[in-house]
Amino acid sequence: MNFLRKIFEETGKLVEKGKPLSWAYPVWEAADTIFFSTNKQTSKGPHIRDNMDIKRTMFFVVIALIPCYIFGAYNIGYLNALAMEIERGIVGNTIFGFTYVIPILIATFVAGAICELTFAIIRKHEVNEGFLVSCALIPLTMPPDVPLWQVFIGTSFGIIIGKEIFGGVGTNIFNPALTSRAFMYFAFPTKISGDKVWAVGPDGYSGATALAIPANPVEYDTASNLFAANTQFDYSTVNMFWGLIPGSIGETNKLLILFGAFFLIYCGIASWRIMVSSVLGLVFTALLFNLLNYFTVDGILQSGGFPNAMLTITPLQHILIGSFLFGTVFMATEPVTSSHTNTGRWIYGFLIGVLTVIIRSINPAYPEGVFLAILIMNMFAPLIDYYVVQANIKMRLARNA
Amino acid sequence: MELFNSESKKIVSDPINVNNPISLQVLGICSALAVTIRLDQAIIMTLAVVFVLCSSNVILSLIRNYIPARVRIVIMLSVIASLVSVVDELLKAYLYDMSKQLSVFVGLIITNCIIMGRAEAFALKHGPSKAFLDGLGNSMGYGLIIIVVSFFRELFGAGTITLPDGGAGYVLWSIPESWYAAGYENIGLLVLSPGAFIILGLVIWIQREFAGVEEDA
Repeated sequence: MNFLRKIFEETGKLVEKGKPLSWAYPVWEAADTIFFSTNKQTSKGPHIRDNMDIKRTMFFVVIALIPCYIFGAYNIGYLNALAMEIERGIVGNTIFGFTYVIPILIATFVAGAICELTFAIIRKHEVNEGFLVSCALIPLTMPPDVPLWQVFIGTSFGIIIGKEIFGGVGTNIFNPALTSRAFMYFAFPTKISGDKVWAVGPDGYSGATALAIPANPVEYDTASNLFAANTQFDYSTVNMFWGLIPGSIGETNKLLILFGAFFLIYCGIASWRIMVSSVLGLVFTALLFNLLNYFTVDGILQSGGFPNAMLTITPLQHILIGSFLFGTVFMATEPVTSSHTNTGRWIYGFLIGVLTVIIRSINPAYPEGVFLAILIMNMFAPLIDYYVVQANIKMRLARNA
Repeated sequence: MELFNSESKKIVSDPINVNNPISLQVLGICSALAVTIRLDQAIIMTLAVVFVLCSSNVILSLIRNYIPARVRIVIMLSVIASLVSVVDELLKAYLYDMSKQLSVFVGLIITNCIIMGRAEAFALKHGPSKAFLDGLGNSMGYGLIIIVVSFFRELFGAGTITLPDGGAGYVLWSIPESWYAAGYENIGLLVLSPGAFIILGLVIWIQREFAGVEEDA
């Protein structure tokens, strides 16, 4: 390590204040803190002594995401083998999948690093590890066959519009990864609107995702029957839990997402209140819609001439299909953009669950509603916090009056 | 008064750059979103606004000493509305296709905040020649922004650049088929109104950066 230390000390002199290369200080600082702990000391109060600095927090999220990456790669290979009707084995499938995942990952990180470094140099702030998590999350929300230039544009949009124009990590109101996902959803709808099948197959290979089946049924039936009737993919409840279904790279295996959730909760990074309350909100609204379904036969709440099959999706299916769990665990709990009060977190999470089902079920144009629900609630999180704080102040005033 | 001294130049150039009605005062956003889907629409809209704003400023400035302060809004509105009707009829007569595409947005020039704003803030206080220059500067500042926004929206959203002609527009350049075959896709978001907001926001950002304007925190 002495050798590395020397390199950084030598190059560090080049980027000191006043030297011609001083504009590159953020780049040097970022590279330096990857290898060595910082020697910077806080000079003004208040201080909090804690090992959980932003770098560690972010790294733990990345660690929680790694299983999703590996399974995502395996799933790409598995579905491809299924479509091509060949046998490849677990290792072969995973390697095949990584040939799709790695380029997306590289495109994301290159775009993210360019944007982050540019802003760090212009604004003279330090490169923040926040972009590591954003860039690690973005590929997991992408379909495997997404064009790389679209990933590049989407990531740049997410980092710049979602984060940097608000002042960088910690001051953004929208989750950057979700911002880029939403941008790509509306900008390039042919690739990732969520109704076409997301698997790498031979030319012309297509089919419907679990969400698109009840959204556009040929003839009316309950969602469970429609899933069972689909012969192309196995959309049984058990299989949707294990994740061998087409979808975004990271969203399909629910077990690994739950594992990630427990890991994040155990490390104290993500808020369990948000996760629990969003599932509660989802279950509540899904049950409500199941009830509503009895009233759709007579002509109200219909879509396309017959009752809306999305209303018959059971709460459990709602949790398992699409990217609800992934969004709740990794996106909604982002500490910056979610609510900061505990009461606020319950409300924030609950409304994410409610909005997810509403967007999924009522509007057939958007089969996937999780990311829109989270973005909307990102917007309202400060408002929720404000009222929670105000209510607390009023309560205490009343108590002491 | 001399027409081209430094003060008159400032009256024209200020609203184009450092005091731009759209990017600095954030006026006239409604039409900036509505007519910027295609470049030719934005150009025709700019010409219409140049005509209406210059004429209304000059007319109101000429009669400013005869307008009682209490009814000035009504008088301003009737002058502007008459001018807009003239533009609307002219478009219908000579550029029928364009007038159909712009539809209600020509009529809605009446409610464009820039025009009322300039009449109230400038024309009623200055002589006709200055009022004319102010109208010219502000309408060109407005036009500059919507032309830039519509250029990017059309280029990346629809893949074409359309210039106005007598008919439905002359396609100057469109993205070649070979690009689409190679995997290029238009950014559909830009055709929608949120796309206009995003482009407009970026233009405002860049423009303020160059104009050196800092918003008070």
